[in-house]
Formats: sequence, C-alpha cells, structure tokens
Amino acid sequence: MEWVLNKNKPICPQLCEQLCLRIADGTFKPNERLLSVREVALSAGVNPNTVQRSFEELEHQGILYSVRGSGWYVSENTHLATAAFERLLAEKTEAFFSEMQVLGLSGEAVKKYVEEWNL
Amino acid sequence: MSVLLKCENLVKQYGNLTALNGINLSLESGKIVGLLGPNGSGKTTFIKMVNGLLSPTAGSITINGNHPGTETKKQVAYLPDNSYLNSWMSVRQIVEFFTDFYDDFRPDLAYAMFSQLDIPPERKLKTLSKGNKEKVCLILVMSRNAKLYILDEPIAGVDPAARDYVISTIINNYNPDATVVISTHLIADIEQILDEVIFIKNGNIVLKQTVDEIREEHGKSVDELFREVFKW
Repeated sequence: MEWVLNKNKPICPQLCEQLCLRIADGTFKPNERLLSVREVALSAGVNPNTVQRSFEELEHQGILYSVRGSGWYVSENTHLATAAFERLLAEKTEAFFSEMQVLGLSGEAVKKYVEEWNL
Repeated sequence: MSVLLKCENLVKQYGNLTALNGINLSLESGKIVGLLGPNGSGKTTFIKMVNGLLSPTAGSITINGNHPGTETKKQVAYLPDNSYLNSWMSVRQIVEFFTDFYDDFRPDLAYAMFSQLDIPPERKLKTLSKGNKEKVCLILVMSRNAKLYILDEPIAGVDPAARDYVISTIINNYNPDATVVISTHLIADIEQILDEVIFIKNGNIVLKQTVDEIREEHGKSVDELFREVFKW
C-alpha cells in the first residue's frame, strides 16, 4: 500500500491515521492480518520502532489486536477506526474554518470558496 | 532498555585544536540514531574513538561496560568513511576473510544480498563501480550480528536509487536488540528511518532528541531544523 507522509509532522500519528482510513473504507477487513512491522517499515521507508508504536497505539484503542508469534490483525470493532477517522476529519475541518476566520472571511464567504473549489 | 554506549566528558585534541569538547552521551539499545553535523564538527573523530582507532585526550567511552578494544570490536560493526578492503580480492574472498575474522558474520546473508544486487561473488572488488563497492562494504557490515552498528556516511557516494537500497538494507537487517548509529549530512534522505538524532557542532552536542519530538515541538522536519541550527 502507498503511504503519504509529511516529514514536518510526527510520523507515528500519520501512520495511525492512514491505517484507520484503510480500515474505515474497508480496504482492510476485520480479522485480516496486516503486513509485519518490518514490511510496513520497508514499504513506508520509516523506522520499524515507529511502526511498532503506531500498531501498539491502535491496539490500545481497540482498533488492532496482536497475536503472539503471528502478527497484527484488524479488530472486529471497525466502528472504532471509523470513529477515529471521523474525529480526524472534524479536527481538520475545524482547523480549516478557524484559519479562514483568522483571515477575516465570514462563514458565507468560506462557503462560496468551498463551492467554487473543484476537486 | 539498557545503556549500550556511554561517553563521559569525552575530549579529543589534535595539538592545540579541540575536535571534541567534553561530550556526555548515553545511547540505549534498539535505536536507529542519526549523528548529524556539518563537515569538521567532530563526527568522524567521535566514531573513530568508539572503534578504538583514536584514543581520547580525556574522559571515557564504554560499550556494554568495556572500553574500546578487542572485546568491543566483537560487538561493534563499523563502516568507515572510506574503503579499507584490498581491491585485488574477489567478493567471495572478502566474505571468507570476514567469516574468519568475525564470529558473528553470516555469509549466507551476505551472499543473498549480493545476488539480489546481481553482484557475482567472483568479481574482483576493483572491477566494481564506486557505488557497488560501497554497497558491498555496507552488506559486509550489516551481515554481522553485532550489538552496535556504526555507519560513517553510508549514503554519501551513491545515487538516489541506491540510497533507497541502503536505507532498506538498514531497515531489513534492523534487530531490536541492536543500535545503529548513522553519521551523515544528507539528512532529508535518511530522517524517516531515525528514532533520534544527535546534532554535533564544533565538538559539542547541541541537541539530542527523538525525531517525532522535533516534528511535534518545532513543526518542521529534522532537515529544516538542522539548517536552522547550523545557519551561518
């Protein structure tokens, strides 16, 4: 899988976010075995300890679970990943609007920009 | 996590030139550490002292409790900043040489990596390109089962594609009980695989921090912070 990482921000939360996205959109299914820590580290070009930390963080949140000697699996509680991802979207949206507010744009003006924005 | 490398008030002077100015440092096992600093900041001096090639003017270094010597050389795999291998030897002869020399050397692993790179073991070192020669040296070092790997400028002489190879070789051979110290000034290429960085300037350590802390605290990459700290 492709990883999009921003070097100006901590890597660990970015890995968590992207894993949550893949679980929320159904790329990774419940009880599916994930790539090993080393494989993820290689494919993303990041430190294996960072990947390990991300997996542990998601395990703590109940999004992944580990099986000793086997690896990391997606938990059945995929709604937790969806919720985590939605929280992230809400945060980003809020950050966007407060930035626009700082620039002196009203809600209406922002709406206009959003509508004119072609994806 | 135990302390693997410890330096106390480490000083190195060449005549009246001070290369290292009283360094205190301790490194734990299980980390990939970047030793970053501009040219002439003391990186190679430090590395040579860890490997027992230079002796300190004052202060001490210990690796797993031992001063640099025969005992520590069994545990430290060192990639110097220039090649020290005999260029008339073939790759196979060098592998045999390493197998004789180091108890922890794994020839099967080295051969597997050579075949991945299409480097035939019968090739003599002098017939390899500069980049391939550097890769051979790295493979030899990473094929040891060491406690501490010290790589002095492992990516300086190779093209960007080969840098990716070097980086994946380091990740692939990474063992959670060992620590890898990478000295470089090409930070952007390597910062994603680091746990922590040490910035060294005029013989002093000016910063030792985990990379995610740097990104969190400063909101910038290690490369950008480096340019700021070492601005002239």
